[in-house]
Amino acid sequence: MAETVLRVFRGDASGGALTDYKVPVAPGMVVLDALHYIQGHLAPDLAVRWNCKAGKCGSCSAEVNGRPRLTCKTRMDELPKDEPIVVMPMKSFPKIKDLVTDVSWNYRVNKKIPPFQPRPGADWKISQLDVDRVQEFRKCIECFLCQNVCHVLRDHDKKEQFAGPRFFVRVAGLEMHPLDGANRVGLLKDELGLGFCNITKCCTEVCPESIHITDNAIIPLKERVVDEFYDPLTMLFRKMRGPSEKRNQAG
Amino acid sequence: MTTNYEVREHDVLIIGAGGAGLRAAIEALAQGASVGVVCKSLLGKAHTVMAEGGIAAAMANVDPADNWKVHFRDTMSGGKFLNNWRMAQLHALEAPDRVRELEQWGALFDRTENGAILQRAFGGHTFKRLCHVGDRTGLELIRTLQDRGVQQGVDCYMECTVTRLLVENGRFAGAFAYWRENGRFIVFKAKAVVIATGGIGKAWSVTSNSWEYTGDGMALAYEAGAELMDMEFVQFHPTGMVWPPGVQGILVTEAVRGEGGILRNKLGERFMEKYDPKRMELSTRDVVARSIYTEVREGRGTEHGGAYLDISHKPAEYVKKKLPSMYHQFKELADVDITKEPMEVGPTCHYMMGGIRVEAETGQSSMPGIFAAGECAAGLHGANRLGGNSLSDLLVFGRRAGMAAAALAKQTAYSSLDNAQMQNAERELLAPFSNKGESPYAIHRDLQTVMQSLVGIYRNAEDLERALNELQMFKARAAAATVEGSRMYNPGWHLVGELKSMLIIAEAVTKSAMARTESRGAHSRIDYPDLDKAWGQKHNIIVQENGEVVRRELPIPPMPDDLKEVLAAQQ
Repeated sequence: MAETVLRVFRGDASGGALTDYKVPVAPGMVVLDALHYIQGHLAPDLAVRWNCKAGKCGSCSAEVNGRPRLTCKTRMDELPKDEPIVVMPMKSFPKIKDLVTDVSWNYRVNKKIPPFQPRPGADWKISQLDVDRVQEFRKCIECFLCQNVCHVLRDHDKKEQFAGPRFFVRVAGLEMHPLDGANRVGLLKDELGLGFCNITKCCTEVCPESIHITDNAIIPLKERVVDEFYDPLTMLFRKMRGPSEKRNQAG
Repeated sequence: MTTNYEVREHDVLIIGAGGAGLRAAIEALAQGASVGVVCKSLLGKAHTVMAEGGIAAAMANVDPADNWKVHFRDTMSGGKFLNNWRMAQLHALEAPDRVRELEQWGALFDRTENGAILQRAFGGHTFKRLCHVGDRTGLELIRTLQDRGVQQGVDCYMECTVTRLLVENGRFAGAFAYWRENGRFIVFKAKAVVIATGGIGKAWSVTSNSWEYTGDGMALAYEAGAELMDMEFVQFHPTGMVWPPGVQGILVTEAVRGEGGILRNKLGERFMEKYDPKRMELSTRDVVARSIYTEVREGRGTEHGGAYLDISHKPAEYVKKKLPSMYHQFKELADVDITKEPMEVGPTCHYMMGGIRVEAETGQSSMPGIFAAGECAAGLHGANRLGGNSLSDLLVFGRRAGMAAAALAKQTAYSSLDNAQMQNAERELLAPFSNKGESPYAIHRDLQTVMQSLVGIYRNAEDLERALNELQMFKARAAAATVEGSRMYNPGWHLVGELKSMLIIAEAVTKSAMARTESRGAHSRIDYPDLDKAWGQKHNIIVQENGEVVRRELPIPPMPDDLKEVLAAQQ
């Protein structure tokens, strides 16, 4: 059977190094299979986070040859055969051990987002067309690869001011829900820091669910912020009338 | 001694954050209880996320003739009448409300033309009954419950593993656990616990289950003194991927057949005509799994030992719309375009019908203070589960267990915790660091091989006997298993504990399978190929006695006349 070398980061928050492991390659094998082989035969304490190995849970995110990927969907036969496959933990999150990072920040951000609030008197008849638009956002498996690759988080570490693409997708799913009555536009502008995004589309490129994060979630949300806060006519109108009813509800 | 551990108190402790655990948490919170949810993985990653096809609920949106009575009949008949009839009744009655509730919490299902929730056909269901979101219904369900729970204020202990339930004066008192991240111990004091840890698929080598499915909750309850029931009934889903080897066992949703997929053998024969001409591909899972297995065994299998499942006669856009995950799964992992060519599929270990014996109304086990819901509980599905009845099970009985656990907690005070039990739990967890045995991974592989080859779809006395002998040897090896490295996020160490759970449950399955000298639902004995009326009247019960796995029998209580009439109406 053919063999290949996996060059895997071993270490923790205090430091670490790349370690080489020789792994037999079977047809159709994915990088996560290779990591399991290492655990099972060479290094039983290799820390890897994974659950379903079927691309549905979004647990096994890592950087394979420098590219953020789900290791369960990264086929060995699509990577160069004559050089080691380098597997690193996601860079934007604090290291715990080996390929496992501390993603708890994401769960804290999520708590800030007001939940779905059905409009009073909703009759729960919804057209498939309206559902389709929102279902795209609800496909998200929370692999956090978009968070990992976003330069606002990766290079500038603005975790306190900026929620990241994952949560713009989540807010988009709520805001565009045909029966939702809450307003999260003020939250997007202030607490979630939507303005930091300068639509470089890196998030969209790495999304394993092919969600059009920038085009379908972020840009429409930016438009809503502009409409509500920066439209000169609305601003004038608001000065004359006081804050809008909808924003009061959300506050 | 207790002061040495991090201690947390909750009225209700919930182990497991899949659909059942989260639904229980939401209900217990609504009853005013303080709730802690402990889960082995991150929130939102539990096995529920992998459920594909839908939630069965007789909402009659597509087939107006549907109602709870038909759903009840389908469930009982699919389970070969071994089901707890009261659970089957409650399930059929309450599932529609649980689905509507999800929608009110933000879930978005596929729609009918007039804007109602769309329902699809599935095996064993008389009518189109499965509410769904393409083929990612489980993700929609878990995300909805996760967000609801978080907003209601549930405390979640992520990547935290319970290794022992603490018992005082014959009732539940708390739980001993460790954090994966640093291996430190944590003790939960609680008045009631809801176990919602799912199944045991990882004891078999070909399985659709995630790593978490190691039977922990069933083993915890068993060790605390609760009874397990009907453990011989392990469902092999007819359609898992068979090629390439790395993806073997990954689920191919029944929705492929629900949407019109056709099974053929290598000769091109639509073989379900032989096995169930009436229901064909939409026969129950036990029947379809055995049919594929038989085709392969008799030499009519595909190149890689499976059957062909073909949906390519449907328009490509329709397939991509209704089965998007399947389309991508085959395209990316197997280089197969399912809109143009057939899939290769074969049986994969999928679901545990047996589990912790519970009361129908409350989900309480035979041990006071210990509740169970979802896959780890037994009763609803009898000898074979219908597709779609699992997600509804989680919602209906998760809610009921959460409600009953909160009610019990209201009338109960915290018990003091027994130092000796905690020290034993600690000693057991630390032993692998000083043991001189072998890697737990090697033992796990051998266990999977034995369960796959000897306790699979077809069973016989000789194989089961051999399996029991092997299991005794595995137990000795597992007790001496050794780990490398530190307590920090150490998967080898974690596997030692899971191996113990798997071995208990594997023995329970094997002993029950040996005793049941008949074939019923998912339990097929080559040496006893027929239904045995006497066995239709009783459950197998497993309890711990002097540290041994002991089997007993429990008669099924007589069904009340009104339900008998509901069943009779079918004929």
